[in-house]
Amino acid sequence: MPWFRKDLISTEELSPEEIQTVFKTTAAFKKILNRKTAKTPSLRGKTVVNLFFENSTRTRVAFEMAATKLSADVMSLDMKTSSTSKGETLRDTVENIHALAADMIVIRHSAPGSAAYISKVLDIPVLNAGDGAHEHPTQALLDCYTLQEKFGSLKGLKIAILGDILYSRVARSNLWAMIKLGAEVTLVGPATLVPREFEQFGATVSHDLKSALADKDAVMLLRIQHERQNASAFPSITEYTRMFGLNKTRLSWLKENAVIMHPGPINRGVEIDSELADSPQSVILEQVTNGLATRMACLYLCSGGKAEALTGSQ
Amino acid sequence: MSQVTWIKGSRVIDPKSERDEISDIFISNGKIIDRPTRETLAKADTIDATGLVASPGLVDLHVHFRVPGETHKETIFSGTRSAAAGGFTSVVCMPNTSPPADTAGTIQYIKDAVDRESIVHVFPTACITVGSEGKRLAPTGSLRDAGAIAISDGGKCLQNSGLMRRAVEYANMFNMPVIDHCEDYSLSANGVMNEGLVSTKLGLRGSPTEAEDIMVSRDVLMSAKTGAHIHIQHVSSKNAIYIIRRAKSRGVNISAEATPHHMCFSEDEVSEFNTNFKMNPPLRSEEDRLAILEGLEDGTIDCIASGHAPHTDYEKDVEFDYAPDGVIGLETALSATLNQLYHSKRLDLPRTLSLLTYQPAQIFNLNKGTLEIGADADVTLFDPECEWTPQSNSFQSKSSNSPWINRTLKGKVIQTFVSGKLVFDKGNILSS
Repeated sequence: MPWFRKDLISTEELSPEEIQTVFKTTAAFKKILNRKTAKTPSLRGKTVVNLFFENSTRTRVAFEMAATKLSADVMSLDMKTSSTSKGETLRDTVENIHALAADMIVIRHSAPGSAAYISKVLDIPVLNAGDGAHEHPTQALLDCYTLQEKFGSLKGLKIAILGDILYSRVARSNLWAMIKLGAEVTLVGPATLVPREFEQFGATVSHDLKSALADKDAVMLLRIQHERQNASAFPSITEYTRMFGLNKTRLSWLKENAVIMHPGPINRGVEIDSELADSPQSVILEQVTNGLATRMACLYLCSGGKAEALTGSQ
Repeated sequence: MSQVTWIKGSRVIDPKSERDEISDIFISNGKIIDRPTRETLAKADTIDATGLVASPGLVDLHVHFRVPGETHKETIFSGTRSAAAGGFTSVVCMPNTSPPADTAGTIQYIKDAVDRESIVHVFPTACITVGSEGKRLAPTGSLRDAGAIAISDGGKCLQNSGLMRRAVEYANMFNMPVIDHCEDYSLSANGVMNEGLVSTKLGLRGSPTEAEDIMVSRDVLMSAKTGAHIHIQHVSSKNAIYIIRRAKSRGVNISAEATPHHMCFSEDEVSEFNTNFKMNPPLRSEEDRLAILEGLEDGTIDCIASGHAPHTDYEKDVEFDYAPDGVIGLETALSATLNQLYHSKRLDLPRTLSLLTYQPAQIFNLNKGTLEIGADADVTLFDPECEWTPQSNSFQSKSSNSPWINRTLKGKVIQTFVSGKLVFDKGNILSS
């Protein structure tokens, strides 16, 4: 199925076919990345601007690297220290950057809806690299791609997402994508961080770790987001680890070949025992690697590139 | 006898006197008069109002005119023209100005601006606490003497219940109603929309209805204890309506208003992050919306108030989290109310109009909202069937932050008379 979107704002709006188009393109780029000269001219002459209004290492570097591998010119702006602190509105900021001949914009912002907002302001492609607790579509796409690589398909796969769901854009984007691809998703964590409302969207909500992990093919751990919590949603980090941290015993509750995922950054000894993060069941670094090819695919598709052209050129 | 205005052949509805007939209205010296002599009528200015409804000029207990201090959003000049265009002839303006209206001098400043610029009747309110900071009482008696008709902390809610108790006891001594925006901040916790399915999906911080319900309960208890009149603004939650219904059945001196936007829209409208659907209290669930309509039907909610809250386009054209709360409503309130209550066949026209005229006037003892002989000749003529679609350039208000832009409404104000003077005529403000 062809890709007609200028922007990538959410997984919620994507069809299963569109997600497969991203996967197909990701696979093609993954092959290119394994070549000796791991670079394509797909975005030569274009300028990709990364606007990061919030901290990020992994996502920002992955987008920078992806744009570089596509031969685009890329610049990353740390917006926390920029014109917004002088009172400029987001509209004015992005219109100025557009006027400076940016061809594509990647944005991370603390306000939900901000990527959708600027995609309406600008006629150039806008890629959402995380808007508050709303969505982080490229993260979900790379996570699902990783699962599809491991298991062949997400259809019928049983996945637990464990941790701070309420404040997590990763959980939301993954929930929509995984359900579209036919997986069964259980959201698990403390009652204060896993609202029952998610059941209305097709997820199972659980606060009991043992039953939630039983028979799962994969568990995705989420970091406890101190910066997004208005009030303490649980008594202490220590208590969280005791109740919901993944350790060896709890790992055994999952299926034998189950995989451990984490979008990073991981807090060793908090949501996951340090040794599990490095265990053979962990695919955490594969996620990161797939993140590069996924972002290349998303930049390529939103700039008007065709998945077929890429596979044909090999 | 001086010159008479003769409004001929409209359906005259005066909810207070239960008048509803095809008839005439006669105006002289700014007052409604009885049918004059044949000779006087021969010289009268006649207005053919056949096919229109003549209502008492509408009364709005909740507007923000931004004077002093935020005149880029609205002024007394533009705000009262917006009122006239919407058929409102009497408005009560809130004290959350800059500076807040917490001194007699600021009330006098507002009254001076009204004298200079207003084309409708404006009734100012004053702060409950100094600066609306919720720390110590503003000089309620002096504010009353300066012309404030009630006290309110504007868009803020006094969190300290001990101070609230003293405020209502003290104000009650002067027969001053206390107006409350009910919100427990520890529960609303900087929420930007209703806590529910939509906030869960969008990742926006949610404010639960309990933030409202708990403060409504508090106010019911304070009113029951002291006998003071507390007016609950913009009721939006089903449980709050239930609490008010129970309180009223026990005779507690409490009154309540609902806004057209809470009557018309639910939280689903926020899905596209449109900031013209951001207000406080937020749009709630469909269940809450239906409870508001029921509350208006059975009299639990006493009146409709626009909550007219102007903000400029550049203030609203930002990320949803950062947009200011509130929408304008004066020019769409009648149409929206007709759509939700009358055209939907929930209420007949007289009962619908009573929610916009006599009932709100009675809450604050304003001598308004009726067409009885001797009353101020504030009259609104409207066509209940005329359809129109508001655009961002449709408004007399200085701002255009309306959730009704591009939504077709049925019912349109044709003419507005204030004290016998025609101030709005078929889309145009008549400047004096």
